[in-house]
Amino acid sequence: MNIIIALIALVFLVLTGVVISRLQNVLKNVNRTDSPDAEPSGNKWNGAMFIVILILGAISITWSYLHAREFFLPEASSIHGRRTDDLFWFSMGILTIPFIIVNFLIFFFAWKYQHKKNHRASFYPDNHRLELIWTIVPAIVMALLVFTGWKAWSDITSDAPRDAEVIEITGKQFNWIARYAGMSDNKLGDYNYKLIDSQNEVGIDLSDENSFDDFTNPSEMHIPVNRPVLLKIRARDVLHSVFIPHMRVKMDAVPGMPTKFWFVADKTTADMRAETGNANFDYEIACTEVCGQGHFSMKMRLIVEDEASYKKWCAEQATFLQTYPEYLAKVPENLKAKAMKYVPAEAATPADSSATSTGGAGTSTSLR
Amino acid sequence: MSAIEGLETAHHHETEHEHHHEAQNFWQKYIFCEDHKVIAKQYLITGIMWAVIGISMSVIFRIQLGLPDSNLSWLKPVLGGWISDAGKLDPNFYLALVTMHGTIMVFFVLTAGLSGTFSNFLIPLQIGARDMASGFMNMLSYWFFFLASVIMFASLFLQAGPAAGGWVIYPPLSALPQAHPGSGMGMTLWLASMALFIVSQLLGGINYITTVINLRTRGMSFDRLPLTIWSFLITAVLGLISFPVLLSSVLLLIFDRHFGTSFYLSDIYINGEALPNVGGSPILFQHLFWFLGHPEVYIVLLPGLGITSEVIATNSRKPIFGYRAMIASMLGIAFLAFIVWAHHMFVTGMNPFLGSVFMFLTLIIAVPSAVKGFNYITTLWKGNIVFTPGMLFSIGLVSLFVSGGLTGIILGNSALDIQLHDTYFVVAHFHLVMGAASAFGLFAGVYHWFPKMFGRMMNTTLGQIHFWLTFIGIYLVFIPMHYVGIAGFPRRYYQFTSYDFTHKFMDMNMFISIAAILSFLAQFIFLWNFFYSIFKGRRAPQNPWRSNTLEWTTPINPGHGNWVGEIPAVYRWSYDYSKPGAKEDFIPQNLPYSQTLESNFPHENELIATEKAIESQNYNDQFNAH
Repeated sequence: MNIIIALIALVFLVLTGVVISRLQNVLKNVNRTDSPDAEPSGNKWNGAMFIVILILGAISITWSYLHAREFFLPEASSIHGRRTDDLFWFSMGILTIPFIIVNFLIFFFAWKYQHKKNHRASFYPDNHRLELIWTIVPAIVMALLVFTGWKAWSDITSDAPRDAEVIEITGKQFNWIARYAGMSDNKLGDYNYKLIDSQNEVGIDLSDENSFDDFTNPSEMHIPVNRPVLLKIRARDVLHSVFIPHMRVKMDAVPGMPTKFWFVADKTTADMRAETGNANFDYEIACTEVCGQGHFSMKMRLIVEDEASYKKWCAEQATFLQTYPEYLAKVPENLKAKAMKYVPAEAATPADSSATSTGGAGTSTSLR
Repeated sequence: MSAIEGLETAHHHETEHEHHHEAQNFWQKYIFCEDHKVIAKQYLITGIMWAVIGISMSVIFRIQLGLPDSNLSWLKPVLGGWISDAGKLDPNFYLALVTMHGTIMVFFVLTAGLSGTFSNFLIPLQIGARDMASGFMNMLSYWFFFLASVIMFASLFLQAGPAAGGWVIYPPLSALPQAHPGSGMGMTLWLASMALFIVSQLLGGINYITTVINLRTRGMSFDRLPLTIWSFLITAVLGLISFPVLLSSVLLLIFDRHFGTSFYLSDIYINGEALPNVGGSPILFQHLFWFLGHPEVYIVLLPGLGITSEVIATNSRKPIFGYRAMIASMLGIAFLAFIVWAHHMFVTGMNPFLGSVFMFLTLIIAVPSAVKGFNYITTLWKGNIVFTPGMLFSIGLVSLFVSGGLTGIILGNSALDIQLHDTYFVVAHFHLVMGAASAFGLFAGVYHWFPKMFGRMMNTTLGQIHFWLTFIGIYLVFIPMHYVGIAGFPRRYYQFTSYDFTHKFMDMNMFISIAAILSFLAQFIFLWNFFYSIFKGRRAPQNPWRSNTLEWTTPINPGHGNWVGEIPAVYRWSYDYSKPGAKEDFIPQNLPYSQTLESNFPHENELIATEKAIESQNYNDQFNAH
């Protein structure tokens, strides 16, 4: 990073020097020759403006960049994120070169070859070798950038490792809901959008036994550090897009078409609080696909913590069935016994009388 | 129609034509006019009015974003209930504003206003034709556009507001009225308006293509066409291929909205109700939309590049460098434009393999674009540059095109797009490369061809001041916007207070907004200059820029039919500027080689023999068919 900036600064310094020396030549010429009546209207000051704007522009872009840098996102907190960050700044560094050269030439030529009396432009309609050069050079640079980008892209979008922690995130107007596979079976249960209601917000299908220990959270998501996390992404009304800026994660949430993104976070929230010196630092999940009135405030807190605290947090969460035991009614008869394990004893009885007979056996385990 | 009329009136000659011309009443002459020059002016004036509305909208939401604490009560007389009693902008209306700003600027200003104006105005004048192939279809094209404009304008006054799902109107948001107030009647009118707009574009496009292919004057072979005409031709082909696809996506969306189909809808639970639709795919809409949407970028940009080629060559007093390479790169860009659309969709859940393919194809576009950039620069090199306002805007266009285009190489890289997609980095990128660059093409064209349109000159000094304020303003707005994007700020956010990661850059956003307001105010210099000069400008000379192309051989105020008497024949390309040995530093296209022996190259002397053949050619004079 610093090298790039130093390079840019150096280039600008050299350019400024060149421009100043040229300007002096021009000032000499102004005094010597020139009958102004032959000049096209305003040509002199417009020519000078190109040089003025070139210098001022170079200074202000450099300064504003250095000033803005402190507000950019800090270094990515995920492994793939640091890779794309490096690639981004590498590409930016390369692209800065043509940006400077081309804009310098445009401005400089405009000033240098401004109209002169009794002067004729040179008739120079083509030069195949020159054109071949500036076809091939960009093509080679592009090939390089494409190749590095393609390598990164295929690694990022490859299938998630088998040991990845699977978490489902569902977007709705206007918040995110996280669903965890639960402590016992570590498998997300089925879902069906037709089962959604005001309590079962993500449409958990309770006829699937894997869903009995699932738990949801509408305000924060916890993930373990240094372990692959696979987000299974869904939307229940319109398009949303999961954006975790510090993780460099983004993927649309599409109704009817589940999407996914996996990544490895390697800095805990605590690490980042120490690193940024901000005791209130939090990772955030935002929405980046316009979804209606509340689009700008679909915030979810993301907490990255070590494996032990993550497990502890998961264990503390009430499963969906514990929170809403009345949904036991939706569990098929043959699985009722199993489901009862996840339901608190006192709640089970009023919720479903048919379950009482088997309920007594289950409660003790659920209370552990 | 008029081509057929031309055949029917085969024996009619100039005198009868003059007579016919006088018989036109006000309605025929200015309203339902079939003359391409009048239609061009209709497009231009409508485009300018839309531009004022579209840019005003951006100023309102820039105030919201950059000066969030400001009291907007002063806008109450215009926006009424959209401003709360506390003087705050309604969040729903904010979304409507960004949506309408995008729609208006992309379609109504930079497609209809730019390509509609200059394709209509310049194609017949520069290829040497009396008018478009079909004047009647041309008139229909404008009036379909007008109808589309009326409907879109009416939607601004709806109680629930106009369409508000972003200019890309992704369903299901746009398909479900219960998802957003703007998805009700506002979206219905948006879709109706766009359907009519597409009809207008197709009528126009077919006409441009037919005219360029069939009505070129004697000797105007394709390798002598000015680059403006090449760019309009390629633009029209792009539009003809891609707009019908947008129409199909619009129609399917209309079916989903009103007739219960499920093309784009599946598994939706909204407002306490599970919808019956299953099996549709919102991604299908995105594919259809961007199959137009990406070529649309070039539909907007190519005419600007064509105009720039012409203006830079004329005012550098030099031939355009690499004429054939310029055509080849435009053809290359046009071809690639159709096979890169999915780079807008890297993170929509599309198959990642497809993402890689589209990344490869996208980054290839950088090559023809680079060729164009370098060719413009080489055209400036060793020129004798006259800074007319048109020239300044053309030089500005090249700078904006390159600066904005370079960040496209970042965004076209799918791995980098993960973080930058739908952030202000994207907004900054496309506003530079497509928005501002094309608008500069529009300005360059207006300043350059104003004398031909209205027979008067615009004020040069005001034009030059307008350029510098706009040029500096554009960079002041969009360079800092890249920084905001790198910091991860998402697009289409009503305010940035909800997140810690956007709780910064307050001063930067304020700076962008102030720069935007100043650039907006600078446009009033143009508006005054434009309208004042129509009536009070200095009278234009025959060929004010000493240009080679055919339009400057017509009378200063060309009537219907453009040329009095025969249409001139063409003997050379349009870029013989500063030819060694020539008396003047320009040689118009209609001057035969036999009259310029002092400046001919050896192979051009050989062409003298073909002049007789060119003159005796049977050509497409609609007033004088043989």
